[in-house]
Amino acid sequence: MAAEGDVVAQVLRRRANPTELLQILRETQEKLGWISPETGRAIASALGVPATRVESVVEFYSFLYDRPQGRYRILFSDNITDRMLGSLALFEHMLKRLKLKRGEVSPDDGVSVDLTSCTGMCDQGPAVLVNSRAVTRLTARRVDEICDLVRGGVPIAEWSSDYFRVEDNVRRADALLGSRYEPGSALSAAIALGRQGMLDEMKRSNLRGRGGAGFTTAVKWESCRNAPGADRFIVCNADEGEPGTFKDRVLLASYPERVFEGMAIAGFVVGAARGLLYLRGEYRYLLEPLMAKLEAMRRGRLLGASICGAQGFDFDIDIHLGAGAYICGEESALIESLEGKPGKPRIRPPFPVTVGYLGKPTVVNNVETLAQATEIALYGGRTFAGRGTRRSSGTKILSVSGDCARPGLYEYPFGVRVEQVLKDCGTSDVAAVQVSGPSGVCLTPDEFRRHVAFEDVPTAGAFMVFGKDRDLFEVARNFAHFFAHESCGFCTPCRVGTTLMRDALDKIADGRGSRYEINDLMRLAELLRRTSHCGLGQTAGNPVRDTWAKFRPAYERRLIRGEFDPAVDLDAALARAREIAGRDDAAAHIGAEA
Amino acid sequence: MSATDATILIDEVQVPFAPGQTILEAALSAGVYIPHLCHHPEFEPHGSCKLCSVVVNGRNASACTMKAAAGQEVEVDTPDLHAYRRTLVQMLFVEGNHFCPGCEKSGNCQLQALAYDSEMMTPHFVEFYPRRPVDASHPDVLLDFNRCIQCELCVRASRDIDGKSVFALAGRGMASHIIVNSPTGKLGDTNFSAADKAAHVCPVGAILIKRVGFSTPIGERLYDLEPISEEATRCAVGGEK
Repeated sequence: MAAEGDVVAQVLRRRANPTELLQILRETQEKLGWISPETGRAIASALGVPATRVESVVEFYSFLYDRPQGRYRILFSDNITDRMLGSLALFEHMLKRLKLKRGEVSPDDGVSVDLTSCTGMCDQGPAVLVNSRAVTRLTARRVDEICDLVRGGVPIAEWSSDYFRVEDNVRRADALLGSRYEPGSALSAAIALGRQGMLDEMKRSNLRGRGGAGFTTAVKWESCRNAPGADRFIVCNADEGEPGTFKDRVLLASYPERVFEGMAIAGFVVGAARGLLYLRGEYRYLLEPLMAKLEAMRRGRLLGASICGAQGFDFDIDIHLGAGAYICGEESALIESLEGKPGKPRIRPPFPVTVGYLGKPTVVNNVETLAQATEIALYGGRTFAGRGTRRSSGTKILSVSGDCARPGLYEYPFGVRVEQVLKDCGTSDVAAVQVSGPSGVCLTPDEFRRHVAFEDVPTAGAFMVFGKDRDLFEVARNFAHFFAHESCGFCTPCRVGTTLMRDALDKIADGRGSRYEINDLMRLAELLRRTSHCGLGQTAGNPVRDTWAKFRPAYERRLIRGEFDPAVDLDAALARAREIAGRDDAAAHIGAEA
Repeated sequence: MSATDATILIDEVQVPFAPGQTILEAALSAGVYIPHLCHHPEFEPHGSCKLCSVVVNGRNASACTMKAAAGQEVEVDTPDLHAYRRTLVQMLFVEGNHFCPGCEKSGNCQLQALAYDSEMMTPHFVEFYPRRPVDASHPDVLLDFNRCIQCELCVRASRDIDGKSVFALAGRGMASHIIVNSPTGKLGDTNFSAADKAAHVCPVGAILIKRVGFSTPIGERLYDLEPISEEATRCAVGGEK
């Protein structure tokens, strides 16, 4: 207990504000392994908040634990691309080797094995997180080795560094990924342009948000600058949670100065002195390198007071880690999370540009958007707008994964045809491409001549390829499970509806679904689209709608002919009674003889 | 803004609004009913139950959170919106354990009243039958989480009016649930009182004052006598509730 108290005191010495609760809990847990009720109460009383406040945060985030987790916590990324690479068999194999059930903590080795939402390693899966460190390219052999290491109690620090190697896999570089970059050059260029001059270049560029929604960045910056209030904030959304997306991982690993300078440029234009990078918990391994980069930038006077010697240009950046919640990619949920609360989307309007972090005007931009602001500072808005299409200027980085020879990042000018991407990444016999993740759109070969652009096929970057042998029903079912797991629970349609959709698809997968379930699914998808509080619920029905429309045989071969089969399986309901009676003969079963 | 400007059109009825009013507030004050559950006139808009989903100038919106603005044309009672509301009520029924005949809130329950209002005949979906323990530890108040619909009115009342923060919503998605602020998690170990505002805002039978459950017999209760659509607008127009 004393040790626990020491850890909490140590963490609270550096952070003592209730708005930092999530970071306090995360840092405490890194030391103690979990948040015990005593630890939670100690933190609550030190911060002067109700203990329920701590409880609601711990229970909301997947990576915070109110139960002991053991020395090794292994989480298999459960995106469809991991599954296509055989992740489930490896998962079962590991459970068997360690004699464990999913999610349970073994008493002897102190290890638990479970599934988690996409960890952003789709180009080098199957992937797992071991105590929040990413292990890529899992094979049966690697699973066996990990089991041995775990059984031998070998500390993770002594594991082969090869396990933790994360490749960038940049396959096609263009304006952003392909240009040489002199650190500080974009900042100097922006300072030379002046605050208004830089904003004018942003307007000329017509840069639109790369997180998927495509809102014009200059409009956002200008609205924030013009919003009443003294303090302003720049938030970089690096909660890259959309399954199949991993471009921000690479930008933050190998191009961080461009992201950070982009944030500082945004701060310069809107008059913000503080920036926050919201890094998804799955990218915890990037925290130390990014902190080191920030420190180096401060030393080089690229951050801090009077940046590049410009009087009055003060800007610095903190990093805030997420803890396993896809919903925090929604900008107002992200702000709630930054304020140390469960990530539940706010009522909008007001929008963050007027009422954002701590109620102050706040710009929330995607990692790629901010990195591209450095291009605009350097080469001007017109040059930037010269690439891409008229309504979608510049380039876009696609995260390509699935059935292709060369998964990885592909940067193209907007307007590229889907078929071009498929050709470049090495595919044949493609049945479908899921663009922009589960919340995006499923395209079939007759649509491959369409263009990646806001006006045609908009995307946040995910590009998952499915070959002819893939079962698109299982793709939709995987996505339905994802949405049910990630719904924040705030509004009725999404909280209950995502679970109802998941269950209906499971029933169909079980061979017990009929047209009745299909009708329910279509009705639910439309209800969620029209009444959900935020984009998660509004798009959660897309995969089942798309695949029902385009891959109907995948459903039909599973449907029973009758009108309806009850959800209650009478025979299964008797399982417990059979167990008690110690019987398993034919007469103890219902319907077996029928 | 002139008086004629300050009106919106709700299902082709002209409804005046005061500056700052939401569509729902304007509608109720004018005697026009829009179904709602998590809304309460004494609290800030919440927008979680989504029963007040409407279409405003062709776009989907929640009437309780969207501010009224001149020129809005609001659709409320269209066949599809009516059907969505019924589905939302069904969702709330199946995610909890709602057995009206055995519930002492029957007749005073807004969820039950809305089931009638939306013409719900069956729960339609498979019941989730969640395991939710009852908390009877408090001498004067019973907590029956089986009936909780997560509108957070008790959370808001206890925090914003009683200044006690006895309740909070924890968890995510289907695991969301109300928790109680005491070391044991029991209501009996808090400073909660039956006189608290939070003891009287629950729209369903999750927070019940003990020993008064059947002082008004079933059949003579609020919504037994008057449908919720009439009760809600009468109260709003009369300034009661």
